[in-house]
Amino acid sequence: MAKLKETPSQTAGPYVHIGLAPAAAGFDIFDTTLGPDPATPDAAGEHITVEGVVWDGNGDPVTDVLIEVWQADAEGRYHTSPSNSFRGWGRVVSDFDSGAWTFDTIKPGAAPGEGAPHIAFWIVARGINLGLNTRAYFDDEAAANAGDPVLTAMPDDRRQTLIATRSERDGKPVYRFDIRLQGPGETVFFDV
Amino acid sequence: MSTDSPGLADLAPRDLTWHPPALTPDYRSSRARAPGHKLLSLPPSGSTLCGPVFGHDLLGPHDHDLIVNYAAPGETAIGPRILVHGRVIDEDARPVPGALVEVWQANAGGRYRHRNDTYLAPIDPNFGGCGRVISDADGRYEFRTIKPAPYPWPNGVNFWRPAHIHISVFGHAFAQRLITQMYFEGDPLIRLCPIVQAIPDPTAVDTLIAPLDMEATLPHDMMAYRFDIVLRGRASTMFENRMEGN
Repeated sequence: MAKLKETPSQTAGPYVHIGLAPAAAGFDIFDTTLGPDPATPDAAGEHITVEGVVWDGNGDPVTDVLIEVWQADAEGRYHTSPSNSFRGWGRVVSDFDSGAWTFDTIKPGAAPGEGAPHIAFWIVARGINLGLNTRAYFDDEAAANAGDPVLTAMPDDRRQTLIATRSERDGKPVYRFDIRLQGPGETVFFDV
Repeated sequence: MSTDSPGLADLAPRDLTWHPPALTPDYRSSRARAPGHKLLSLPPSGSTLCGPVFGHDLLGPHDHDLIVNYAAPGETAIGPRILVHGRVIDEDARPVPGALVEVWQANAGGRYRHRNDTYLAPIDPNFGGCGRVISDADGRYEFRTIKPAPYPWPNGVNFWRPAHIHISVFGHAFAQRLITQMYFEGDPLIRLCPIVQAIPDPTAVDTLIAPLDMEATLPHDMMAYRFDIVLRGRASTMFENRMEGN
């Protein structure tokens, strides 16, 4: 039998929040909310904040972006079944004025066969015709990053776009991961 | 890789020529948001061949019924009542059970319930504009809603979106993640819309246009539209038995 074709993508548009994050659109409708954080404060592992801004080719923040993330737990294990403290999947939206987004999670461990620890990102917004896939790796995992087959297959300047940088705020680790859609320092996006 | 349940064994590569390219200048918002580099191929691995599972217990009884899910008790949303139904299947026509389908749309006047939408048409106090449903064992899903209206949008002097419903689909793998828009048979705005026409192949556009489904229409109640959703399927059928059960 001939294969069917995948349903073609269309942009999520500027009002994606209504469907996927109604509270951000400005109303409350469902008893259960999906997202935002991949892990609760009870989850085992090092608790971290990941934050950044998605920038467009004009250097302006993308203020209507929606991001989903997918990651392993601290032991490098992916959880497909719901867990009270760790789901591994999150859904966050940017601030409508600044474009800043942030989520709390635990730092993922290295999963067997999956290279250096990382968080997968899927990015949709007005003007994005097909959701963009990228990954955030960690700058304090230099040894693991140096052996990662995905990172080592690309030039240095492009690899740097996938490395989140660690700092401390109020004693808590914060990773900064800015995403540039276009132009100088354009983030590497994947065909997964 | 270690997970607490098996994901898919494999996924066929995405046919990027079937989807709209990143840069489609007639759709102005893509100009500054389209990556300039080609996507870097990253063969599916265990982590992207699985994803979070959303259980039926997640949903409330009216989450799939946009006619009443934001309405005051005894009230309903204003507009033509419609049933939208179909199946979530993969490229080999296998049902995808347990897929999370989330929808959002404008109301019958073309206005979104969103703090950033300032269109002249009024908000319907009984219409939120979002719903969600999980496909059954045969991949079937349905939701009840009102038919949204076209509305003007800032892509130039005089642009109108065809009536549409936004649809987000979560299959079994993070790499299957998809957002699309469903249009309605017979809408003359479809051929004029730069977002629709960003799709290069007219036969691909056709798959986004839901036909009227008279057989599923509920007499004296609501018309029906049929919309099947195809997610990426498996790369190979050589090992049918081993790869079944995804």
